[in-house]
Amino acid sequence: MRRIGVFICHCGLNIAGVVDVEKLTDEMKTYPGVSYATNYIYMCSDPGQDMLKEVIKEKNLEGVVVAACSPTMHELTFRNTVAQAGLNPYLCEMANIREQCSWVHKDRGVATKKAALSTKTMVEKLKLNRPLSPLTLPLTKRALVIGGGIAGIQAALDIADSGYEVLLLERKQSIGGHMAQLSETFPTLDCPQCIETPKMVQASQHPKIKILAYSELEDVSGYVGNFKVKIKKKASFVDPDKCTGCGQCIEKCPVKVPSEFHALLGQRKAIYTLFPQAVPNKPVIDKENCLYLTKGKCGACAKICSLEAIDFDQKESFVEEDVGAIIIATGYDLMDKARIGEYGYGQYEDVIDGLQIERLLAPTGPTEGEVRRPSDGKIPKEVVFVQCVGSRDPEHHYPYCSKVCCMYTIKQAMLYKHAVPDGQAYVFYMDTRCDGKGYEEFLQRGIEEDGVLYLRGRVSRIFKDGDGLKVWGADTLTRRKIEISADMVVLATAMVPSEGAKELAGKLRLATDEYGFFSEAHPKLRPVESLTAGYFLAGAAQAPRDIPEAVAQASAAASKVVALFSKDNLYHEPIVASVDEEICRGCGQCVETCAYEAIELDPRTKIARVNEVICEGCGACSVACPSGAMQQRNFTRRQILEMVEVATGT
Amino acid sequence: MRTIIQIKEVRGSFPAKVQEISGQNIYACYQCGKCSAGCPSISEMDILPSEIIRLVQLGQEEESLKSKTIWLCASCFTCETRCPKGVDLAKIMEALRVMVLRKNVDQVNPLEIPRSILGELPQIALVSGFRKFTS
Amino acid sequence: MKISYFPGCTLKTTAKNFEDSTLASLKVLGVDLVELPRWNCCGTVYSLATDDLMHHLAPVRDLIRVKEEGAKRVVTLCSMCYNTLKQANDLVKADPEKLEKINQFMYREEVKYDGSVQVSHLLEVLRDEVGWEALKKKVTRPLKGLRIAPYYGCLLLRPTGVALDDPEEPTLLEKVLEALGVEVVDYPYKTECCGSYHTITNVGLVIERTYTILTSASQHGAEAIAVSCPLCDFNLDSRQKEVEDKFSGFEKIPVFYFSQLLSLALGLDVETCRFDLSFVDPYALLQAKSVISEGRS
Repeated sequence: MRRIGVFICHCGLNIAGVVDVEKLTDEMKTYPGVSYATNYIYMCSDPGQDMLKEVIKEKNLEGVVVAACSPTMHELTFRNTVAQAGLNPYLCEMANIREQCSWVHKDRGVATKKAALSTKTMVEKLKLNRPLSPLTLPLTKRALVIGGGIAGIQAALDIADSGYEVLLLERKQSIGGHMAQLSETFPTLDCPQCIETPKMVQASQHPKIKILAYSELEDVSGYVGNFKVKIKKKASFVDPDKCTGCGQCIEKCPVKVPSEFHALLGQRKAIYTLFPQAVPNKPVIDKENCLYLTKGKCGACAKICSLEAIDFDQKESFVEEDVGAIIIATGYDLMDKARIGEYGYGQYEDVIDGLQIERLLAPTGPTEGEVRRPSDGKIPKEVVFVQCVGSRDPEHHYPYCSKVCCMYTIKQAMLYKHAVPDGQAYVFYMDTRCDGKGYEEFLQRGIEEDGVLYLRGRVSRIFKDGDGLKVWGADTLTRRKIEISADMVVLATAMVPSEGAKELAGKLRLATDEYGFFSEAHPKLRPVESLTAGYFLAGAAQAPRDIPEAVAQASAAASKVVALFSKDNLYHEPIVASVDEEICRGCGQCVETCAYEAIELDPRTKIARVNEVICEGCGACSVACPSGAMQQRNFTRRQILEMVEVATGT
Repeated sequence: MRTIIQIKEVRGSFPAKVQEISGQNIYACYQCGKCSAGCPSISEMDILPSEIIRLVQLGQEEESLKSKTIWLCASCFTCETRCPKGVDLAKIMEALRVMVLRKNVDQVNPLEIPRSILGELPQIALVSGFRKFTS
Repeated sequence: MKISYFPGCTLKTTAKNFEDSTLASLKVLGVDLVELPRWNCCGTVYSLATDDLMHHLAPVRDLIRVKEEGAKRVVTLCSMCYNTLKQANDLVKADPEKLEKINQFMYREEVKYDGSVQVSHLLEVLRDEVGWEALKKKVTRPLKGLRIAPYYGCLLLRPTGVALDDPEEPTLLEKVLEALGVEVVDYPYKTECCGSYHTITNVGLVIERTYTILTSASQHGAEAIAVSCPLCDFNLDSRQKEVEDKFSGFEKIPVFYFSQLLSLALGLDVETCRFDLSFVDPYALLQAKSVISEGRS
């Protein structure tokens, strides 16, 4: 190449304050291969970019080096600009003379010398660059949403309303998630079943949504736009096509076991539905507790069903589906209170957690909305709520704040007071985190109108005292140790990722943090995308959050999917590995080195073949290749060696 | 009562000394009160155990060293076991006691212990008591 | 088997009952505790100031004595000695610079300490070397019908790092007592502090703690308390006099070392228990439950 243009950016004083940009420009003007060099105050600005385009055309440049900030900031910007001027975008490179030069050096002389070396290095690379075109990939415009809670439902609805098919995968037999277990939601005290059911029904009736309930993800292969998913449909032993949901089988079933939906405070049968408004509303048989399936006895459900919908021989089955994008909406669980020694290791029946009190307060709960304590069914008059149980506890449990507990605690205390007007609710708190719309007002209403007493201090110990409980806490505001004889205690336990989330992340090879929450691509600017292309995040699977945020995030994730599907094709960076088939001798080192499983040996020719759409351009294979047959486009061995020579001044 | 706070106290030698002797980061305490809630000796204390750390954080040397609290601590370590931030309050109490004792201000005079009980007391009571209350 | 034994000062005087009953019982169980020669007072309690090395000399010197006997392990009975020796040992193991200073100061000692001794408590020996099943087999006089509340105190379970057992729900003492046939009474104060060294300057605090702990145990059905620490024993037993004076209606309750119960259950002579050192009379209860037949001699 003989007509390379070098554009040096001042970046205000960020670069020009340390690097002598005039001297640098003069030096680059005389560098072999460079036909034009200039400097400008802000290359990324509109006038800067206009200037770039003009010069390319005027001076008939073959390639461009912009010496400025890091390529992660503006490489895409400048490549788009040069493309508009008719130059192949891959013939535009950036030399980082800001983050790696002016921002880390103070000495003007040293910095200017280094900037010159950086720029020359990129000029050398550019000389050997080839023009490239992005690769186009096919795109399956169908989405998979894993998790049928409120976030998953919202995401599915938004994608379906945009005209694309959605598979909504839920491992329980009904969608709805934890929201369906709640009694009332803050700050409006809406009935959650009443506000969620319309969405659930909408999802079930939507022509573009297919609900796969009582099913789990078995395996995934492929990449963005082209995923192949294998789904396991668990055996429910009920034929959903024949069953009308009449419920007679449930009535006849003699087995009673603790109900997970009632947070173990109530019971269900071995054949059961989750809740009255369940979608789908067909029962399933719990094979661990069904007398027929375990011992060959009973079979009352089959006998009573006039439609012969019970099928004890039903087996689990697998289906394979093609999708283009996957949304993770697997939600949360509450930390097991049996992990806390000073509160009794979970052995006290009347020490319950957030979801359990919701069931006690819910009209369709095990006590039909009457607040009765689990041990003896008495109505508790002195109820203590403990916040921050397991949260904000880096020494023993979780360092993070679970966000929703301050709000649900005041809500539960208020609902308790509405149900038991002559009772008293106490809340031991450290802070009251009410940052949403109407939240602070809701808290004050609870304190002022319902007389909930807030005591600022954590609880050191809870133990059994007669048929009640003793709670030892503190009120730091009046410098007292507080002792309360409580009839019932509600622990606001930490929010943790849903059971099985870590395993799912392993299957999908998605990053999570150390607690199992799925990692977003950037905490500030890319909160609904995961680091892996094609996977998006919605709801509490990513971090503790409340319902409005989960719904908002779900819609955001849906919009990302819709944006993906709005293109005809997907584009993939062409800076990928490529094999010189004449030199490759089929040793297979590259295949073993590739972390993305993007390379395989052609069974017939025994030569390495790169799947360019999976290749992420990391370069590991080209390093591993002993013969040099595998090279990375525009990062060939020769280019790199030339760059090293210039950079080290040899 | 208005307390004036300035760098002199807050970043002064007192909090630094307490940190040095106790080996604890006093700024890790977020005043949750769990230590006070579980302290068995709290009945006669004038200042709560958690408040003592607060006073150190605010650089209030005189008030913390003059408190009855530090002498009522029984070194039972219940606070240390339960603190969610891993702050060893027992060590901080010891640091404050030691800062008084090293000025040769003993809290117990062995001569004042009634003879009658001396024969009955297990030696460990005397040894540990003198260890905590004298220099 | 033989294990090095550090008694500590109190075990030779007011807590001689603890020592006698333990040594006799362990003999029956096949464990021979060999007392360290030239041991010194451990200087309880462990000094918590990080810039203080003087107070660690005493416990480290005792660990040197263990090394001089060629032993790798030392057992204590007294909770306070256990806690002090263990914390001092852990400190010098983690901080070679401090260990070096201590060794240099005690330059007259022939052996340098290197952090290699393991500090154990009697309860660990019973759990690991004897085992509950083996213990049960050796019981000839099961203490049936005795309802006893175990009391741990603080220093066996705290701070974190020294704890012999779970500080919130320990079970070691319960296991010993159950093996002896005792009906164990659970109550919420078994790990709450008795007041410790405040017994020399602030008896009021100790009286309050003792009253709370003992009435809780009684309310839950206990007829006696089993302790493991000589200071807890003093506070819970001897101080019952002051508790009685202050709280009318308070019923005294006998306090045993768990090793005394061990002795009795293993069929040993009641003399090994040295009940003459108890304040609250244990004979009445033991006779009522037919554990012993003769009266106080």
